[in-house]
Amino acid sequence: MSVKNTLASFAVALTVLGGIGTAGAAQKTGDYGDKAHVERQSWSFSGLLGSYDKAQLKRGFQVYNEVCTACHGMNLLSWRNLMEEGGPEFTKAELEAIIADKEVPADPNDEGLTHGDDGSRLMRKAFLTDRILAPYANDKAAMAANGGALPPDLSVMAKARGIPHVAGNAGPSVWYKAPFVGLMEYGSWIAGTLRDIGTQYQEAGADYIYALMVSYPEETPAGADVGDRSFNYVFPGNAISMGAPIADEAVEYADGTKPTLDQHARDIAALMMWAAEPHLNARKSLGLKVLIYLIILSGLMYAVKRTIWAGVKH
Amino acid sequence: MGHHESNYEPKWGIAKWFDERLPVARMVSDQFIVFPTPRNLNYWWTMGMVLFFFLIIQLITGIILAMHYIPHADMAFNSVEHIMRDVNWGWLMRNMHSNGASFFFIAVYIHILRGMYYGSYKAPREVLWLVGIVIYILMMAAAFMGYVLPWGQMSFWGATVITNLFSAIPLVGDSITQFLWGAYAVSQPTLNRFFSLHYLVPMLLVAFVFIHVWALHVVGSNNPEGLSVKSSDDTLPFHPYFTMKDMYMSVVFLTVYAFFVFYMSNYMGHPDNFIRANPLVTPAHIVPEWYFLPFYAVLRAIPDKLGGVVAMFGAIMVVAVLPWLDRNPIRSLRYRPKARFFFIVFVVVAMLLGFLGAKPAEGWYVTASRILTAYWFIYFLVIVPLLSKMETTNRRMPGSITDAVLGDHGKLPKDAQTASSGQ
Repeated sequence: MSVKNTLASFAVALTVLGGIGTAGAAQKTGDYGDKAHVERQSWSFSGLLGSYDKAQLKRGFQVYNEVCTACHGMNLLSWRNLMEEGGPEFTKAELEAIIADKEVPADPNDEGLTHGDDGSRLMRKAFLTDRILAPYANDKAAMAANGGALPPDLSVMAKARGIPHVAGNAGPSVWYKAPFVGLMEYGSWIAGTLRDIGTQYQEAGADYIYALMVSYPEETPAGADVGDRSFNYVFPGNAISMGAPIADEAVEYADGTKPTLDQHARDIAALMMWAAEPHLNARKSLGLKVLIYLIILSGLMYAVKRTIWAGVKH
Repeated sequence: MGHHESNYEPKWGIAKWFDERLPVARMVSDQFIVFPTPRNLNYWWTMGMVLFFFLIIQLITGIILAMHYIPHADMAFNSVEHIMRDVNWGWLMRNMHSNGASFFFIAVYIHILRGMYYGSYKAPREVLWLVGIVIYILMMAAAFMGYVLPWGQMSFWGATVITNLFSAIPLVGDSITQFLWGAYAVSQPTLNRFFSLHYLVPMLLVAFVFIHVWALHVVGSNNPEGLSVKSSDDTLPFHPYFTMKDMYMSVVFLTVYAFFVFYMSNYMGHPDNFIRANPLVTPAHIVPEWYFLPFYAVLRAIPDKLGGVVAMFGAIMVVAVLPWLDRNPIRSLRYRPKARFFFIVFVVVAMLLGFLGAKPAEGWYVTASRILTAYWFIYFLVIVPLLSKMETTNRRMPGSITDAVLGDHGKLPKDAQTASSGQ
């Protein structure tokens, strides 16, 4: 058996194993079945040719600006980013209208003071170059206002969350089943990896954010104890400090899109993805050119190699 | 470098003048143009050039990233995001560098397994092998420290777990750990020195790569038949035959790499590393980068801290001493079916250990890790030495590389021929 044959049989074995694994391995979804399962959504920015939908980002920003911003910031972004290429691409005038009522802590004034006579922080109007800050002076203030929980910064949220391929399983019931159960899980992991690569899956964070937004039940399921927190099916541990932030008609869209919870959730998830990967459009369009170039170059290199080696036994 | 007589003849006056003073053109000609290379090398032998390309990519992108990165506990995370967002082409440099590390390891693992399969570690290539192991260890050090620099949760907690390993050393462990940290915990001094070392280690890497190539050019390449070169018929000049073959494979590798850089940029990282380092919050599961996972599984398989650390370093050390564990005179596993079987099992075990390293250390994952860790050590310390003594070939080996290439191999597939030769 040559190396080639060995590898080929190995590859076949893995593929078969992957097939069995995917078909056979039940995904562990906790006590709440399918409701706790984060489904993959379809996004305009997924895949080789993906790019952001400007209208969707604008809607997403509207949700952010009218809802999320009550507690969260995106301090890695500046307002100016919202008018840059590849994002929502607001015009300068639109953006200046948006930030007209935004204020940021002022630098020391001519007397060197940062606080007024009444002890309040001196503020100034926000510029386009200012960061998109949370509404609190600091983390402690944010926690004090939110029952001890810190609303996280949302700049890279869409990359800071993921979904596991396969949740762990309970393991074999009897010892002699262990190799089979183990190989099945390994197989489904391989299959999951191949599927991810095949679909260029990088949207786990957006899928999670969408799922989180739509997974607040009207009533906490019987038997679940979340204390003074809210119940959410997909949040790890199910007890989340953020109450359901959006519902149907939470925002009246400027572009007239029907304001459903599902629509809000999709739009805010898309905005979060853009905030985390503002250069995605440029990256994917350059990537396609680079790939085509390299594939053609590979073909040419192979032809040259063949020509040079022609007539040389090896 | 090698012992071969030079046939370089300077064509122009200035070249002759230079050659008498610094024969660098002669060196290039002897070592990289006419250098005699076994004609039967297959594509597994192209990883050297691929690795060279990734070394260059890592150096260039790394130097550029260092121009914008700030090694400060309060600013590192944001400076990396600044590179991703505001530096022109910063996102490309960063994606190339982080994915470049992964592809560096993919190529080096293929390279190492190729060496193991074809017995490239055996006499006279033991020093070449050891230098390779040094390179691998330096790569791991560079990769580990590089992963700490973005100062995300996995950076911080990965650094905490790995540096804490040294505290398992009896008596001096705590002192060593504090010495590494430069503080009483992983903190600002740790980050700052990791940045310094992350810049230093690649310089050592370049030096050892030079020594590796030097050692290779003294003894020459091994080949799939595992036979020594006997006549000039056995070899071809390095250029254009192997330069072209290597370059072709390098471009193929770069294509896959580009796919990841542009479309799966964060796939090989961990989402938790997009959360700023927080010494007060431990991530649910601390996982190292994928290329460390098999060793991480070995570490956690042993229920004792010191034992785990010893096993983890031991798992690398047994690979280093392979030339002295396997003294069978036949190099290539093509001619050693028993050793080949156990080698393939070893490769599968290493991959399964990688899978288990990514899983939480609980329940049956631990049991499986223990069994597979046991195989790792039994393979190197028992199976390899035993087969080294017991196994003789069951197939007549070709007399030379030329015989192997020009023999009757064209008429029948190799396996069929083995069967027909009655063995």
